[in-house]
Amino acid sequence: MTLTVVIEQLLNGLQFGLMLFLIAAGLTLVFGIMDIMNLAHGSLYMAGAYVASATMSYTGSFLLAVLVAMVATGVVALVLELALMRRLVVRDHLAQVLGTYAVILIANDLVKMIWGAAPMMLNMPAALSGPVRILPELMYPAYRLMIIAVGLAAALALYWFVTRTRAGVLVRAGASNRLMATLMGIKVPLLFLGVFTLGAMLAAAAGALLGPITAVQIGMGEEVLILVLVCIVIGGIGSIRGAFVGALLVGMVDTAGRAFLPMLLREVFSPAVASSVGPTLAAIAIYVLMAVVLVFKPSGLFPARG
Amino acid sequence: MKRISSLILSLAMVPVAVSAAPIKVGIANDISGPFAAIGAEARDGFNLAIKQLDNTLGGQPAEFIQTDMGGNPDQARQLVDRYLKRENIDFFTGPIGSNVALAVGPALFNAKVPYLSNNPGPSQFAGAQCNKFWFGTSYQNDAFHEAAGKVAADRGYENVFIMAPDYPAGRDALNGFKRGYDADVSQELYTRLGQIDYAAEIAQIRAAKPEALFIFLPAAMGINFVKQFVSAGLSEDITLIGPGFSADEDVIMAVGEPMLGMYNTAQWAHDLDVPRNREFVEAFRNEYDGRYPSVYAAQAYDVIMAMDAAVRQVDGNVADRDAVVEALKKADFDSVRGQFRYGDNHYPIQSYYVRVIDKDDDGRITNRLVGQVFEDYQDVYVGDCKM
Amino acid sequence: MAMRRSLILSLLVVVLLALFPLVAPLFNLEFYVSYVRRVLIFALAATGLNLVLGYGGMVALGHAAFFGAGAYAVVILAGAGVQSAMVVWPAAAVLAAVLALLVGAVSLRTRGVYFIMITLAFAQMVYYIFISLRQYGGEDGINLYGRTRLPALDLSDDVTFYYVVLAVFVVLMVAFGRLVQSRFGAALTGIRENESRMEALGYPVYRLKLVAFVISGAMAGLAGAMLADHNLFVSPGMMHWTQSANLLIMVLVGGMGLRYGGVVGAAVMLFLEEALRLWTEFWHLPMGLLLLLVVFFAPKGLAGLWDSLRRRSASQPATGGKP
Repeated sequence: MTLTVVIEQLLNGLQFGLMLFLIAAGLTLVFGIMDIMNLAHGSLYMAGAYVASATMSYTGSFLLAVLVAMVATGVVALVLELALMRRLVVRDHLAQVLGTYAVILIANDLVKMIWGAAPMMLNMPAALSGPVRILPELMYPAYRLMIIAVGLAAALALYWFVTRTRAGVLVRAGASNRLMATLMGIKVPLLFLGVFTLGAMLAAAAGALLGPITAVQIGMGEEVLILVLVCIVIGGIGSIRGAFVGALLVGMVDTAGRAFLPMLLREVFSPAVASSVGPTLAAIAIYVLMAVVLVFKPSGLFPARG
Repeated sequence: MKRISSLILSLAMVPVAVSAAPIKVGIANDISGPFAAIGAEARDGFNLAIKQLDNTLGGQPAEFIQTDMGGNPDQARQLVDRYLKRENIDFFTGPIGSNVALAVGPALFNAKVPYLSNNPGPSQFAGAQCNKFWFGTSYQNDAFHEAAGKVAADRGYENVFIMAPDYPAGRDALNGFKRGYDADVSQELYTRLGQIDYAAEIAQIRAAKPEALFIFLPAAMGINFVKQFVSAGLSEDITLIGPGFSADEDVIMAVGEPMLGMYNTAQWAHDLDVPRNREFVEAFRNEYDGRYPSVYAAQAYDVIMAMDAAVRQVDGNVADRDAVVEALKKADFDSVRGQFRYGDNHYPIQSYYVRVIDKDDDGRITNRLVGQVFEDYQDVYVGDCKM
Repeated sequence: MAMRRSLILSLLVVVLLALFPLVAPLFNLEFYVSYVRRVLIFALAATGLNLVLGYGGMVALGHAAFFGAGAYAVVILAGAGVQSAMVVWPAAAVLAAVLALLVGAVSLRTRGVYFIMITLAFAQMVYYIFISLRQYGGEDGINLYGRTRLPALDLSDDVTFYYVVLAVFVVLMVAFGRLVQSRFGAALTGIRENESRMEALGYPVYRLKLVAFVISGAMAGLAGAMLADHNLFVSPGMMHWTQSANLLIMVLVGGMGLRYGGVVGAAVMLFLEEALRLWTEFWHLPMGLLLLLVVFFAPKGLAGLWDSLRRRSASQPATGGKP
């Protein structure tokens, strides 16, 4: 197990974590500020991927695909918020679960009706499709490096937005105490609309960026939703910082689990045991992580609400 | 006089009309679950055959009842229950996944309804649990992997890395590969079912520097992996080998260029030089906007044709199930993969081929037949079957 | 008066259910005997979830684990040669209850969304573990070669098995009714309404919630065992989080916190799915739209809607009348 492998796996964990952060950031804001359990966030991610795929096949430009995906999904989110979310905000969590679950069902079949049941092609731009030599012995995919860069940039941008801009301060106020925010004159409905749309655009960007290295298919949102929920629960709901830390933890633990656990087990146990137990342990590693965190910090690591 | 004779004639015709109840085929479609794309392919194959036969089997009117069960074993059980108790089907086919086949098989066998498989070939039905009403018409699951192993051995790869998800079919796949390869593999890796990101595994593959990599990663898992593998630059030095179901038209359409150069094994290829196959491919392309059929469409088509031949051979008397089974066992029909026969466990003894993903003359990315891997190949479980 | 009416209604439903298998052959509906049986089994699982969700206010998204555990108990015991339903079914309930105890003990220290996630996490762990268990079929699942047995009754006969399931269902629903109307039920509802007040009043809140959680798990486990016998097949899919979501949706649609919420929800969802599936391959779309209708027009679920309609018609004479 050389240093090169360790570095590569660290980069992998970082990249996976940042991927999850892009999606988690939007969800944690919606959750934290609007207090909506929005299961349909995964569907917005899926919409981003599908629109990007369609745009790419018409124009051949990846950059355009990402931008169009963000704008189109933003528009969809705007409509969704005005038509539905607005009415769900005042209801209890369970009504929200039922309502957003219904949205998932509708979205999946709408996508199937428009684009069919087969997975869609979305390939990375040729310029980024090969590896880059970042160390004498390490070739790392250029595309993943791009994702790391975009993820970090998005994290910084969100951090700046939330701490340094007026809008961001409003968002934080709304997250930590909605009643107080209203009493202080903040136009809450507009704030909600903005937050929801922003969250959707982040998710759509994630969908478009991840499309080239995952499968663009119906139900892709639900697969990722579980992981993202784990991230924001670990991190603490409503906190961007929490989503960042949570996502990185999940990315690292999952990657390390898959990379190193079977190897470690093989040192201690027989190969038969290691190969049957190892993958299972790796699969449940992130759930165990979440359970452990919640036992010690029942509201996550950085809960937004005091 | 004429009136009376025509009356007698019409009376004589009545029993014939009454006994010609349509033959019923229950098809459980898989078009709204995880295998929806493949299920849609199979449905296209079924529909082409049904259309060509003009809703008959063996010359007799037939009714093909198609219902979606979304790849869910529970739902499928319910559907089969309905087919058996309400529709009184005479034949059954449809499911894509082995888990569904295993779930619904016993109920069908107990009701003495022949189940011709248009895809799954679970080993459970090949060995101790074999049953005469089961026909693994398409293939036995392990065969594709064994053929892939043989391909690796034939091409002289000495350093081979193998990978599959951690579930019984995945383990079966790797064991099958090892049987066909007949030597030690340099490393064996299990991933998580439904895993999206393979960076960690790709790092390990890169460190192992194998000559070839065998993967069994069905559906989205395969799509994800191949994209990531190619973008990591590994496809330059490492040949990718997989079973046909990881590399057929549905996956090609979702991945495209990165798949070029992948070897895969199957019992059929659309450019297989069999007259019946050429007719089938042409008819399929005419019917479905010029796209090539995948192995799932070919298998589905074959199943309907097999039923057609069997019904003809029993003169339409499908109520005599034992006779129907005997007729089906002969496999005396014009299959698109060429002639094949069944082993004692009702799994086919047939040839397996290796294909490579390449561009055709129109620049379309598709599979190209490279060569034959096995001839008259039988599955390894038949010895456990006591039929 | 309202109590008497609902009692008559329940009796009527039971009688109809009991008569159904006898009447079905006349209308060529024999297939539906096993269909209704399946609905009864899911109704039981949903009612179990209703106890913690509706009455206890705990949103548990991991009940599929207990459901599946009960089903696998049947498989495991069959493998060990034990086939008597008198042993297997209670054992399944106990196994599920123990699992619920372990999960609940840890999870109930959290609340709200965190509780939802942690119950989900445990269910996922159980799911992945069962997928990797080769000897029980793993992802493919495993077939049962015969139903469990009862002395003097042949459960392999569809109709007999139906009556046994119906009997179990009726007994458990009566017990459930008693439970929720008892002091335990009142305490549970109190906890749902205002947990801190109950704590201040000296109730052992954590213990009460745990007991409810265990009972609900046991019910789900028993239902799972019966489903294993019904299908003669078990697979880890039964434990996937989407199955937990299905049960949750059933309770929400039926009416949480209402005695028959689980039953109504299970019946409606299962029938709806079957009907829509026969109509179109894009059945998720109308299903989603119908769920939205329930969210907005039947906020207390369908049983709740029925209740409020009844109450409104009952109160008409008082508010109507001559000008």
